[in-house]
Amino acid sequence: MRYLPKSPTDRELMLREIGIRSVDELFAPIPAEYRLKRELDIAPSMAEADILDWFRQRAADTAASGYANFLGAGAYHHYRPVVIDTLISRGEFFTAYTPYQPEISQGTLQAIFEFQTMICELTGMEVANASMYDGSTAATEAVLMAARVTGRRSAVVARSVHPEYREVLASYAKNQGIPLAEVPFLENGRVNAAALEKAITDGTACVLIQSPNFFGTIEDVAAVAEIAHRKGALLVVAIAEAVSLGIVKPPTEADIVAMEAQSFGVPLSFGGPYAGVIATKEKFVRQMPGRLVGQTVDKQGRRGFVLTLSTREQHIRREKATSNICTNQALIALMATVFMTVYGREGLKELATQNLAKTAYAVEQFGKTAKVLFQGAPRFNEFVVQTSKDPKTLNGRMLKQKIIGGLPLKKFYPELGNASLWCCTELTRRVAIEAAATALSPQKAKPQVVSTEVAQ
Amino acid sequence: MAYPADLKYTKEHEWIKVEGDTGIIGITDHAQKALGDIVFVELPKPGATLTQGKSLGTVESVKAVSDIYAPASGTVTEVNQELNTAPEKVNADPHGAWMLKVKLSNPGEVKNLLSAADYEKFVAEEDGH
Amino acid sequence: MNRKIKKATTHVIQNEGLIFEKSSPGKKGYKLPELDVPEVNPSQVLGNAARADLGNMPEVSEIEIIRHFTRISTWNYGVDTGLYPLGSCTMKYNPRINEIVARLDGLANAHPYQPEKVSQGALLILQALRKALMEICGMEAITLQPAAGAHGELTGILLVRAYLQSQGNPRKKILIPDSAHGTNPATAAIAGYEVENLKSNAHGMVDIPSLEAQMNEDVAALMVTNPNTVGLFEQEIHKVAEIVHRKGGLVYMDGANMNALVGKVRPGDFGIDVMHLNLHKTFSTPHGGGGPGSGPVACKKIMEPFLPIPVVVTKKDGTLGFDYDRPQSIGRVRAFYGNFGMHVRALAYIMANGRDGLVQTTEDAVLNANYIRKKLDGVYELPYSTPSMHEVVFSDHKQTAKGIKTGDIAKRLIDYGFHPYTVSFPMIVHGALMIEPTESESLEEMDLFIDAMKNIAEECENTPEVVLSAPHTTRIGRLDETRAARQPILRWKPQAQSAKGD
Repeated sequence: MRYLPKSPTDRELMLREIGIRSVDELFAPIPAEYRLKRELDIAPSMAEADILDWFRQRAADTAASGYANFLGAGAYHHYRPVVIDTLISRGEFFTAYTPYQPEISQGTLQAIFEFQTMICELTGMEVANASMYDGSTAATEAVLMAARVTGRRSAVVARSVHPEYREVLASYAKNQGIPLAEVPFLENGRVNAAALEKAITDGTACVLIQSPNFFGTIEDVAAVAEIAHRKGALLVVAIAEAVSLGIVKPPTEADIVAMEAQSFGVPLSFGGPYAGVIATKEKFVRQMPGRLVGQTVDKQGRRGFVLTLSTREQHIRREKATSNICTNQALIALMATVFMTVYGREGLKELATQNLAKTAYAVEQFGKTAKVLFQGAPRFNEFVVQTSKDPKTLNGRMLKQKIIGGLPLKKFYPELGNASLWCCTELTRRVAIEAAATALSPQKAKPQVVSTEVAQ
Repeated sequence: MAYPADLKYTKEHEWIKVEGDTGIIGITDHAQKALGDIVFVELPKPGATLTQGKSLGTVESVKAVSDIYAPASGTVTEVNQELNTAPEKVNADPHGAWMLKVKLSNPGEVKNLLSAADYEKFVAEEDGH
Repeated sequence: MNRKIKKATTHVIQNEGLIFEKSSPGKKGYKLPELDVPEVNPSQVLGNAARADLGNMPEVSEIEIIRHFTRISTWNYGVDTGLYPLGSCTMKYNPRINEIVARLDGLANAHPYQPEKVSQGALLILQALRKALMEICGMEAITLQPAAGAHGELTGILLVRAYLQSQGNPRKKILIPDSAHGTNPATAAIAGYEVENLKSNAHGMVDIPSLEAQMNEDVAALMVTNPNTVGLFEQEIHKVAEIVHRKGGLVYMDGANMNALVGKVRPGDFGIDVMHLNLHKTFSTPHGGGGPGSGPVACKKIMEPFLPIPVVVTKKDGTLGFDYDRPQSIGRVRAFYGNFGMHVRALAYIMANGRDGLVQTTEDAVLNANYIRKKLDGVYELPYSTPSMHEVVFSDHKQTAKGIKTGDIAKRLIDYGFHPYTVSFPMIVHGALMIEPTESESLEEMDLFIDAMKNIAEECENTPEVVLSAPHTTRIGRLDETRAARQPILRWKPQAQSAKGD
């Protein structure tokens, strides 16, 4: 076995040193009746070349770069600068553990400190944690955190929050005795503020909205914050599309921001691993879950970084901890840190503006052949289209043109009829937008295969 | 450090000083030593009710957190705000750095607490284990 | 230089400030493609939702980015550097083929919502991994959705709750041995259960009489780690399971230490009802400085109806797809399907090892731990005489006479060129040194480690001050953690820097 650095002689020698004859003696503590008396039903060891070949075939059976992809909905197709993989592949980063021993973990610790700083800069919050599992669990943990901060035990959730985020929240809230009230959206796609105000009671710990919301619409965060705060509730803002922060005003009026950082250079990877983040005001930091890196000094006054405020965490506080979360997503957070560094202060703005331009163009084109819903409020890089035919049928047709159409919404929002959610990023090409708009037309147009090659 | 004779002590390592119907509460020298450098003290707000033997807050060092148990029942009248910004005062002067002032609801409760001498004996026994 | 330090020597290391300190306006590390649609004016499109500027985000060039992260990376220690004996964390080798296959275009760039018809390869990977993990655990159902071990624990306990609820009563309490990981009690609390502590016996195992006394109809489940956190196999696990089952409870196994059992014994065969696996421990996915993890949960048939949605199924036409129509499901614990990238890596690892390699891996992991145990027995105190599996726990009892604690020995180990072991855990061993070499260590590397540990024990006797003030060879010394917690500085700010990096 090529991963095992021992010769048969080494093993013999070690057994002799231990004072036993065979390795079986080491397994004597396991009662014989329970031991597996056969081989595992798993194929024998494979050669590297065969493994690569097997996965190449699986990859070939899965659509990716060869298609023009209009899916967003919480997972976004952005360009990943090549330096990301170069840097995260350094063994010192990717084969290290949680930085419990700061003297030999300063690389990881400093990178996390930089991550926390960049998240604060982008969200307008004062503190950010070292990352969590993903956006859905971050939003959930943010709601639980609001309950701890306020001592209140219910939450109000906008229906325009990602449906799967809401499902995750429901699984957690049910067992914590936190009832959830859902608030509908308006015709412009924004949360219904009047209904929201009515839904908030003296027991409401927080209001959870998403901005840009699931439909791509940017919420009026300040107005919602005003309503929530007036009733003594906190405002939690979820952000699923992090690139929006390059051009959309940060939700500074929020008390907690729960973010998905996938857009920042993390591969789509069929849904994970991604990285969630919670950012908040300094005064709430002791109720915030997840790891935190802080700056300090050694005896000679040299700057260094350590994990800090860890008494909030499970390994110390056990059943009284702020969360049961143990790992963060350090390597994914590092991808995001490199991405944010590559684009930086000007690039993130330019990148977000390109997304805005592609989407504005797509909305205009799609408007010619179908109905674009939720007009009248600003949107970032997603929009909802209503068609006369079932979007699944239309998408099936487009697949032949190497186009992956928008996400059919019937499963999540039956009230929207034949609606689908479309996303355009800097990678979406004009020809693909035009081809997709044509394909949505009720008049049957001649299907054209979209080339994903860059135009010469 | 000697344990002042005018204080009463709990087996959970809190002290209380009774002045009329007011109790002043803190943690003992033994407690601060066991915890090490204290970095944060979490206390209830004025108006909160305490029940003898029940947790009223926590005291944290870098790698440990410990509940503070109420030595007597009553209503919190004052909280030592200084500890918010300077928790190290508990390490420097544990029997002087008070945490709460309480209007006692049942001053008789204090009788079942330990005297300085008994507490000292209790701590010595605990360390022996 | 101390001649006794064989593995390491000092070497010039680059200093490096924070990325923000290298920033200056106008530097760029990116170039976007030409826009092929009409330009837009953000303030026109967004109105007052448009953002003015991005504050202190850095502006640097590509070469500076490469150097910045390369330099700070050299301040880290990884499995690629050497033995990383962090007990309970299983710091084994991370095979490079895993990284290559996870980055293949069809896998790395597949969108979770793309039609199943064009996702058959990804679905087959999920299916193949599920099958292999069920076989390894001796279980009949599995979900790959949980993003980490603790997340798996929560999922598992929610399955327990849903199952018991379907039987009429979710019950109130979870029993947890005092040797457990902190995640266990935290998880039980998040799942809405009270936690009741169960003490260990003189052998470091579940105390059967205590379990008999504490087990009743209020107890939903026992959460047990096996081998436990002291590295010992719960020899009476079948009796433990029987006691819990007799009162209608379920047994949850924290699979953090499954690397001691793969191919030798299956939890499903010794009475476990539900368990999680840590793919980043047993199945070699990288720890990455603290994540991502992946915590699949395997269980018996009785809990299958409650698995999180969606579940991968073979459809009538023979293709694979997701089943969302599961009315008894506990719901979702994460968006999409879990950490797919980690699933790819774990499957590649299982394929590279095969049934033969998996068993040899388990044997080598246990052999290595016992070799270290034998060589250091007497040098450090062994609190339990019970045989060890994949890790060994010593205590600092012999060294405390000189005022030296496990944390000090750990810091001195850094000077000898090793990452420290796990310090002060499990809590039932006072002053614990928890050592897990894993199967990835050669005899030579382990002998160097043993040698270092023996030298440090001598230093504790003869020159304790050297140990107490370690490490001496790192870029920075022991850091002031009290200061970090009392006056938290959790982000960089312009100017307000009190101490400048050197």
